[in-house]
Amino acid sequence: MKEEADLAAQTEDATRRDFLVVAASAFAAVGGAATLWPLIQQMNPDASTQAMASTEIDVAPIKEGQAITVMWRGKPVFIRHRTKTEIDAAKSVDPSSLPDSSARNGALPESAPASDANRTKAGKEQWLVMVGICTHLGCIPKGQGLSDVKGDYNGWFCVCHGSHYDTAGRIRRGPAPRNLDVPAYSFLSDTMIKIG
Amino acid sequence: MAQHDSTYKPGSRLEHWMDERLPIMRMMHGQFVDFPTPRNLNYLWTFGGILSFCLAVQIVTGIVLAMHYIPTADMAFDSVERIRRDVNYGWLIRNVHAVGASMFFFAVYIHIARGLYYGSYKAPREVLWILGVLLFLLMMATGFLGYTLPWGQMSFWGVTVITNLFSSLDAIVPGLGTKIVTWLWGGFSVSSVTLNRFFSLHYLLPFVIAGVVVLHIWALHVVGQNNPTGLDIKTKADSVPMAPYAVMKDLFGLGVFVLLFAWFVFFAPDYLGHADNYVPANPLVTPPHIVPEWYFLPFYAILRAIPSKLGGVVAMFSAIVVLVFIPWLDTSRVRSARYRPLYKWFLWFFFFSVLALGYLGGKPAEGVYVAWAQFFTAYYFAFFLLIMPIVGVMETPSAMPRSIAESVLGGSGQPAGATSAPEKR
Repeated sequence: MKEEADLAAQTEDATRRDFLVVAASAFAAVGGAATLWPLIQQMNPDASTQAMASTEIDVAPIKEGQAITVMWRGKPVFIRHRTKTEIDAAKSVDPSSLPDSSARNGALPESAPASDANRTKAGKEQWLVMVGICTHLGCIPKGQGLSDVKGDYNGWFCVCHGSHYDTAGRIRRGPAPRNLDVPAYSFLSDTMIKIG
Repeated sequence: MAQHDSTYKPGSRLEHWMDERLPIMRMMHGQFVDFPTPRNLNYLWTFGGILSFCLAVQIVTGIVLAMHYIPTADMAFDSVERIRRDVNYGWLIRNVHAVGASMFFFAVYIHIARGLYYGSYKAPREVLWILGVLLFLLMMATGFLGYTLPWGQMSFWGVTVITNLFSSLDAIVPGLGTKIVTWLWGGFSVSSVTLNRFFSLHYLLPFVIAGVVVLHIWALHVVGQNNPTGLDIKTKADSVPMAPYAVMKDLFGLGVFVLLFAWFVFFAPDYLGHADNYVPANPLVTPPHIVPEWYFLPFYAILRAIPSKLGGVVAMFSAIVVLVFIPWLDTSRVRSARYRPLYKWFLWFFFFSVLALGYLGGKPAEGVYVAWAQFFTAYYFAFFLLIMPIVGVMETPSAMPRSIAESVLGGSGQPAGATSAPEKR
């Protein structure tokens, strides 16, 4: 009888001990994970980087056919004053036939088709504003300078791995998976653009 | 560690006293003086010692360079120039460190090829081999991080391209890749913040490498060294004590290696680098032709051979990860390719393919270069995934010597005059 009682006591002890071990381990695991978080999060963009989120540009001096590059969040932004031919060429393309059929416009939802209208502002079709970073591996495509190679579609050409972009900055041929990103921007006046 | 009787005899009273408290001298003697070494090792076996030397050189010169280097986007390029022009002997220390990285990779490629040829990855050396693959990965990470520090055009755009590899994960989980890249950069583009953290990690990783090297050597001393015949040490006649035999051979090999090293340091310090890295980093201008350092070119060629962003990244990482599995992919029971008449040719063609990929990685990604890169990439993977398992089963190995001693001495493996080697084994 005594043995049975001992056994019962042991079993009961074991159950209570199990509970304590599991509870304490779980507490330590959560604590450990919580301690890890600041060490991971510290690598994300800090407050001063986040603060430089927007920039304003006067586009009045850019003549038709010219393009300028400005810096926004440490990235180059292409602003091209497109000619009539370039706009017509961009408009004549069926968005669903493109390698990437999404507009990639920060101001529009992901599902918006990559039509020329969705990559520019209504009534301001001559202005094409987009982040000048190839969506393949981050090089700066050629095509801003008047004498630059502009690729087979007369837009931009990334010399690193051979991606061709058209006059609306859409990927047409090459390894890049996406169209050049159009950042969210707005016209403060007729010639003043605010990016971000 | 390895199972043999150490001949360590504490001499002085101090050595006795120490031996009873921390027998470190006994361990060092057992592992590095009278450790049994196959008597037929060739000069390819000196590269382990050479690699240890390279690691020590990189750590010593690196610590000194860190005393003068400034890890900010404004100052990095100028501080490296200051090291080269103004700091006392800075030119020498910087050249040794920069050339040292190349020599380190040169040595590690020979070391890996040696392991592949003589089957050093096969049982019981699987863990030893996997630790080696880990060391190779750590070296690549360290080399990549270090190349960013001079903050020239190739540094900047190399970081941009390589960190952007992670954005290919967007194809699996939209947004995840971009999040990871922003996290790595600490901003929305490669910046001073990125440089600073890369410097911190570049300083850390060599010490991690040193730790894994200790495990690598430990694993080596448990199973013992492989040798050109691939046979195990069976009798005392098969081995010689590490000191002086292997030690002296290692030192001679190291001496020849240092000649080559010094030639580059003094006569062609920039030959292995890229001229564009003497143009300060400019985030607005991409160099027309971005190439990594020469030692990454075969893997860069594999990346570019696949016409899909995610596919290229997966292929490039797989090219290294596949090495972990070769102890089990190779089905042959014979270790050394010396006795594998068919496999030998496939292996030599594999070595040729890696060199060809290296050449193609330095060429622009267009036209015939891409087609050839695809051909050699296909062979690279076919070698591990098809040839290794299939040839191992099909092939009839050629005649092998019965023992290591026989391969050296011929006949029955008994020295002609047993007293001609009076040293104690």
